[in-house]
Amino acid sequence: MKSPVRLERRLDQPRSLSLLVPLLSIAAALVLGGVLLLATGRNPFSVYQRIFERGFGSTSALRGTLISATPLAFTGLCAAAAFRVGAINIGGEGQLYAGAIGASWAAVRFGSGAPNGVTFALMLAAGAICGALWAGIAGLLRARFSTNEIITTLMLNYLAAIVLDYLIFNSRSYWRDPRSAGFPSGKRIPARALWTNLTIGGVEIPRGFILAIAVGFALWFLYRRTTYGFEVDVIADSPSAAKYAGIRTNRKILSVMAISGALAGLGGASDVGDFRHVLDAKGLQLAGYGYTGIVVAALARRHPVATVAVSVIIGGLTNAGYALQGPNFPAGLVGTLQGLILFTSVAGEILTRYRIRRVVGVATVLAAS
Amino acid sequence: MSDVPDKTEGVAARSASRVAGAAPFGGQVPAVAMTGIVKRFPGVVANDGVTFSARVGEVHALLGENGAGKSTLSNILTGLYRPDAGLIELDGRPVSFATPRAALQAGVGMVHQHFRLVPGFTVAENVVLGAEPGGSSRSATVSLRRRDIERTVANLARQFDVPVDPGARIWQLSVGEQQRVEILKVLARDARVLILDEPTAVLTPQEAQGLFVTLRSLVASGRTVIFISHKLDEVMAVSDRVTVLRAGREVGTVDTAASSARELARMMVGRDVVFAGRRSERRAPTDVVPALTVDSIAATDDRGRTALHNVSFEVGAGEVIGVAGVAGNGQRELAEVLTGMRAATSGTVSVNGRRLRTGSVRDAMAAGVRHVPEDRLHTGLAAGLSVEDNLVLTSYRGPPVSRWHLMRRGFIRSQAESLIPRYDVKTPGPTTPVRLLSGGNVQKVLLAREFSAQPAVLVAASPTRGLDVGAIETVRTHITDAAASGIGIVLISEDLEEILALTDRVIVLYEGRIVGTLDTNSADVESIGMMMGGATV
Repeated sequence: MKSPVRLERRLDQPRSLSLLVPLLSIAAALVLGGVLLLATGRNPFSVYQRIFERGFGSTSALRGTLISATPLAFTGLCAAAAFRVGAINIGGEGQLYAGAIGASWAAVRFGSGAPNGVTFALMLAAGAICGALWAGIAGLLRARFSTNEIITTLMLNYLAAIVLDYLIFNSRSYWRDPRSAGFPSGKRIPARALWTNLTIGGVEIPRGFILAIAVGFALWFLYRRTTYGFEVDVIADSPSAAKYAGIRTNRKILSVMAISGALAGLGGASDVGDFRHVLDAKGLQLAGYGYTGIVVAALARRHPVATVAVSVIIGGLTNAGYALQGPNFPAGLVGTLQGLILFTSVAGEILTRYRIRRVVGVATVLAAS
Repeated sequence: MSDVPDKTEGVAARSASRVAGAAPFGGQVPAVAMTGIVKRFPGVVANDGVTFSARVGEVHALLGENGAGKSTLSNILTGLYRPDAGLIELDGRPVSFATPRAALQAGVGMVHQHFRLVPGFTVAENVVLGAEPGGSSRSATVSLRRRDIERTVANLARQFDVPVDPGARIWQLSVGEQQRVEILKVLARDARVLILDEPTAVLTPQEAQGLFVTLRSLVASGRTVIFISHKLDEVMAVSDRVTVLRAGREVGTVDTAASSARELARMMVGRDVVFAGRRSERRAPTDVVPALTVDSIAATDDRGRTALHNVSFEVGAGEVIGVAGVAGNGQRELAEVLTGMRAATSGTVSVNGRRLRTGSVRDAMAAGVRHVPEDRLHTGLAAGLSVEDNLVLTSYRGPPVSRWHLMRRGFIRSQAESLIPRYDVKTPGPTTPVRLLSGGNVQKVLLAREFSAQPAVLVAASPTRGLDVGAIETVRTHITDAAASGIGIVLISEDLEEILALTDRVIVLYEGRIVGTLDTNSADVESIGMMMGGATV
């Protein structure tokens, strides 16, 4: 029954912890992953060194990393946005599909005629609206029937995958390329509609990633500076205080869910405009951006700007995993590390709220402060 | 189980009588002695070298204002916190508890203010919960058969004279009965020192009397009761000795019998307290325009049953009207209808002649209705948010707090910095979360916000409940001043003394109807009490 340490509630949360705890979380995940690597007879240091080189070690590696990071930044923002009001949106995955469906429609429909900038705006609008509507279903169910949004958003992911498959494989929909006879695929979007990259210091930065940075700051501003953000904080803290203050709680939660879905939808738009240039039903489902986005948001402790920054770390890991896959690299390692990071960052949350004290002896040892 | 201490045990005791007077078991080693206890929290020294001891077989009250350090001291004694310095002794032996469980094993048990019971379990199941095999108790042969544990618990209840039905489920019990279950839980674990943290806060006066009887029988069986309270009359009624704490230090320990409520009050607040007497001769002018007109409203409660029938009254500008009644007779629904939190099923509410849309908080706020709700910490405040944010909870929608939907942080900070000293809120700073403040200071944050808004009508529900005398005095002064400045006030309270002290008129609610309207100056407690009980006068 006796444990050598115990947790004592913190009365305040030092600011330094919000940086220290995520760093410790990553370090702990790397150590745990290292134990696994040792157990399978590999040298953790050389494996980690290869991951770092292929993720961040060169301009071409950084380019690939940013390509992987962009959708993660959006799905991370999606999870972070919902969590602020106390809603847990697991549905970034499906909302991203919905955004990709909307954006690819806009690109195919208008892309060959309209100027690139107009198509870009239309793709963003269509992606955001579709993502918002998809998340809005879960938001409405919660507002109307108090349905648990964890369950509904998760189930809507499967539904979105079925819709995606239907549009490309099982129907002659607007999205399917009629010329793709053997293996069905989507219509490629017109060359004029492609999103162009920006090159800084030899590194190509996807347009979507720049957008993600802007959106990250915008979300931070919305939550930190506006009356909207204040109302969201009150609802998250106490629904009855929100009612007392005259805040229309259900409406607000619904709108937060819609914003959250719109952010994932933008990720879908970026996937079409920046990288795949086609509604890629199988590719999207294999990538699993929505779920990885939850890891990104957790590690960033749901701070919007930090979420975009963390997406680069996780994106680098993902990118290195793609680059290194082969007989010399354990295939499951990247997924394992991401899972470990999720565990350690959630566990690290405890350190921000509690301090660890050693029970024996007079000296009390603080683990992190 | 019942190791009633033999009086001869006390022979070995050295002189423990640094404290005043003689007690039933005088000259013994104290059951609990805490010496030089220091506990610091960021920004606050909660206990600053507190020394305190309680004898075997006494009810020892710890008296102090909200934030005086009573709860911290008891949390240290029960192992929830570790002191930064100081010595704790049980029966003369130094101890150090790492956890509440360790404290309980050593015989120190806490009866919490907020019960920790499983509502769907029976009384007996709740009592043995945690002591079952595999739990903390090492007795290998505890039967979990319902009949057996019910018999055990019934025996325990009889032994300690704590009347409770072991087979009843928790949700079926009144608050007072639930508290007895909490006490039994501690007794079942063989605690010799019981700490009760503001045990009467949730009880009716009758239930409180029942509790006092139980406590007296516990100390008669040789146990020690530490009774934490800020209510003078109950400390006078139940305790043998009193230790008074103020601002984290002990002011002194006195024999209750040799002291008086007035002396204790002075020790507690550090100055003489004016006990609010009857309201002075100030009379509300009779020809004022009504600030609030309530015309034959009806409303239902959360379960859809009619809670208010045909309620009508007027409150003049500058008038204080009291709403008396036993809790659950429609007071909550009335407050909610007046403040827009609940829609009326019929009837109208008007403020300064303007008819409100009932069920719209914003409409009520726009008309100048302000609300001090009964549930301060979760309804009146967002406890996790900072003091400064809570101060704008009902005013953030427009200038000067926000402009173009942007929160004006600079203004919010400076407003907090002026309201905090004006309303004497003790907080480390404007950014401290409200949940970290003590009870009285929580209420001060709420009052600072609602009074400083200069409303037309203020609806205050039990605004002084749970507060210490100093804070009560402050709150009452605020109410009287607000009325003097022309605010119409509806004071909903179960405390008749308070209603008589502050109001001009009293209406009595019984089963959702107004059963009487009285002029406060000619009203007496007895007739109001009869009306509250539904008797026709």
